[in-house]
Amino acid sequence: MDRIAGIINLDHEQDMMDELTYFRCGAAVPFAGRYRMIDFTISNMTNSRIESVAVFARRKYRSLMDHLEQGKAWDLDRKRGGLFILPPDWNDPTDISKGDLQHFHNNIDFINRTLADYLVVSGSQNICNINFQDVLQEHKKADADVTVIYSKVDELYPEHQRAHKLDIDENNRVTAIHNDHSSTNVYMDMYIIEKDYMYELIEKCIAHGCSHFFLDGIKAKLPEINIHAYEYTGTHALINSIESYYRNSSKLLDATEHDNLFKDEAPVFTKIKNEAPSNYTETSSVRNTMVANGCVIEGHVEDSILFRGVKVAEGAVIKNSIIMQRCEIEGDAVLENVILDKDCNISNGKTLIGAPEKPYVVAKRRTM
Amino acid sequence: MKNKECVAMLLAGGQGTRLKSLTKQIAKPAVYFGGKYRIIDFPLSNCTNSGIDTVGVLTQYEPLILNDYIGIGDTWDLDRKHGGVSVLPPFMQAEGGGWYSGTANAIHRNLKFLNQYEPEHVLILSGDHIYKMDYNAMLNHHKETGADATISVIEVPWEDANRFGIMNTDEEGRITEFDEKPEYPKSNLASMGVYIFRWDVLKQYLIEDAEKENSSHDFGKDIIPALLYDYKKMMAYTFEGYWKDVGTVESLWGANMDLLKKNPELNLNDQRWRIYSKNPNQPPQYIAPAATVKNALINEGCRIYGKVDTSIIFYDVHVGESSVVKDSVIMPGVKIGKNVKIHRAIVAKGSVIEDGAVIGDPSPDSEITLVADEGSVLATSFATN
Repeated sequence: MDRIAGIINLDHEQDMMDELTYFRCGAAVPFAGRYRMIDFTISNMTNSRIESVAVFARRKYRSLMDHLEQGKAWDLDRKRGGLFILPPDWNDPTDISKGDLQHFHNNIDFINRTLADYLVVSGSQNICNINFQDVLQEHKKADADVTVIYSKVDELYPEHQRAHKLDIDENNRVTAIHNDHSSTNVYMDMYIIEKDYMYELIEKCIAHGCSHFFLDGIKAKLPEINIHAYEYTGTHALINSIESYYRNSSKLLDATEHDNLFKDEAPVFTKIKNEAPSNYTETSSVRNTMVANGCVIEGHVEDSILFRGVKVAEGAVIKNSIIMQRCEIEGDAVLENVILDKDCNISNGKTLIGAPEKPYVVAKRRTM
Repeated sequence: MKNKECVAMLLAGGQGTRLKSLTKQIAKPAVYFGGKYRIIDFPLSNCTNSGIDTVGVLTQYEPLILNDYIGIGDTWDLDRKHGGVSVLPPFMQAEGGGWYSGTANAIHRNLKFLNQYEPEHVLILSGDHIYKMDYNAMLNHHKETGADATISVIEVPWEDANRFGIMNTDEEGRITEFDEKPEYPKSNLASMGVYIFRWDVLKQYLIEDAEKENSSHDFGKDIIPALLYDYKKMMAYTFEGYWKDVGTVESLWGANMDLLKKNPELNLNDQRWRIYSKNPNQPPQYIAPAATVKNALINEGCRIYGKVDTSIIFYDVHVGESSVVKDSVIMPGVKIGKNVKIHRAIVAKGSVIEDGAVIGDPSPDSEITLVADEGSVLATSFATN
């Protein structure tokens, strides 16, 4: 088996999720009842037997570090390899690089020291369940310099506009990387590359004063190098806005979508909270809802997602909403098309109703 | 910093025959409880929450799953450089060896383990009870009274007192008599099987007891009577709170049902006294549009399409369409098909209940049905008229 190391590059990701990213980066946004966005990326790596993972963090990474700890939840608390959270080194006197190449430059030791022969570089906004060993097999078979991962989407949504698209020939070789809004070959911000080749490309990019590794090191070299396209066909969600967050969260209430993302053989790991099982009382009525542990539900909940430790008092009604960790919804409150960030408190009888296409978002720790 | 003030010894070797086939392949302390936990989570979490960081777990009967579950103790924060959890099975030595023959024998055989920590006190626990208790408060009481031994007691209803080891105390709480299952109990203070001994005193009595040929090498039958006989200072420490022996199918079921009462005595959501347990990494539970769930505890990874009423559902359980689960305990990974009816039952881990099966007897005082052999239960095979 070939050894792969992982880099989770958050450097270029924008924090576009309004209230949810005021004080945290997109990778740390809670998702799907008990996870953070980055859990899916790291779990994909763990499930692909990647034992060494670096996280390039630039902004608002306090809650991310709190969540990741030493990587124990993903089995990455290792003597060899493990999890490395790597913010940029602001004081490196040898550093002439810009953009995310600054990260590659500052942390070139991670690439030098890893025992792996290949590197997977991924962002955190493409939620999927993928096996990178399979990608590597195809990469080697195609004798590619770089293999980029993409998904053919059935329907284009606004979130796809910000993603790169691929033109691919009959041999699955990438012929163009562009931003054409009508293309449905959505690049998933993930690629696999040989370690030594990556090192060489980084050196060249820095020497030439480039700033963005993917754009300047890979996309710009498209005519000279062999970029192979790997098609991912499983459940995929690109989340880079409140609207895409809300729509893709609701999609998980569909059994098929749910089963494709949460697989027994490739589970999604996350930090453990040791909550008790959720408690449904005599007065509760719940339907079509995902519920994490530690909840106490006395009221009515439908078409919603409840994170860990949420309390819904008797008489409260929650519809089409996402309620994050430890929120308390008091009696007779009504929530519809709402996203509540962590630790919110909705007092007795309060009504909050958002539009189905634009949910009402309440920032963390608010009392209403 | 070699010595420890107090080391806990947890007796987890019991078979628990009264739990029938639930303990055919696992030791009783590893039996599931409360939608998420195993019985042993309670004493181990109590140790961690009480600040006791050194625990010996004495195993004997079917230890595979128990050993695996305890692991390095990280679940309870007991993965420590000095101390932590140690699994102590019976072993052979140059001069022979064999199985643990009694509770006192089990501790005596592990003198070496205890000696490495030179403890001042030893806390003896059993792995069969559901309760939340601050052992540190008991230890403080033990030290303040200058006792040689302190036994934790709980007031039981007078009519049940003849089923327990009963302590008779004077007005200061000093134990004057100990009656094992007395026909005419003189008090209703029952021993909980939680003891703290001064280690130097206990060590001496264990060594003396080991030499006695007619001794059964048991704490209740031999060690405690011997201390009493010698007028050692033995104090009772009264525990107030929820405490339940889950030794039978009926009591295991009953203790689970206690969790569903309004404001249950045993609060599992107390953030200051958490019960730690292995978390199986399952997605959140899903309650389908046609499902109805009332008065239930449900764990992650479950998919509920049918009706769940007054029941405890462990992780990764599927309840199919039009099925009814009432007054029951469904252990991990159970797959329940469509149109199944389950009443007053405990369904053991991994069982597959096929479409249309009827299990258990809904009438209020009927016996609890146990479905405990892994495998599939065919329709009507458990039907009662």
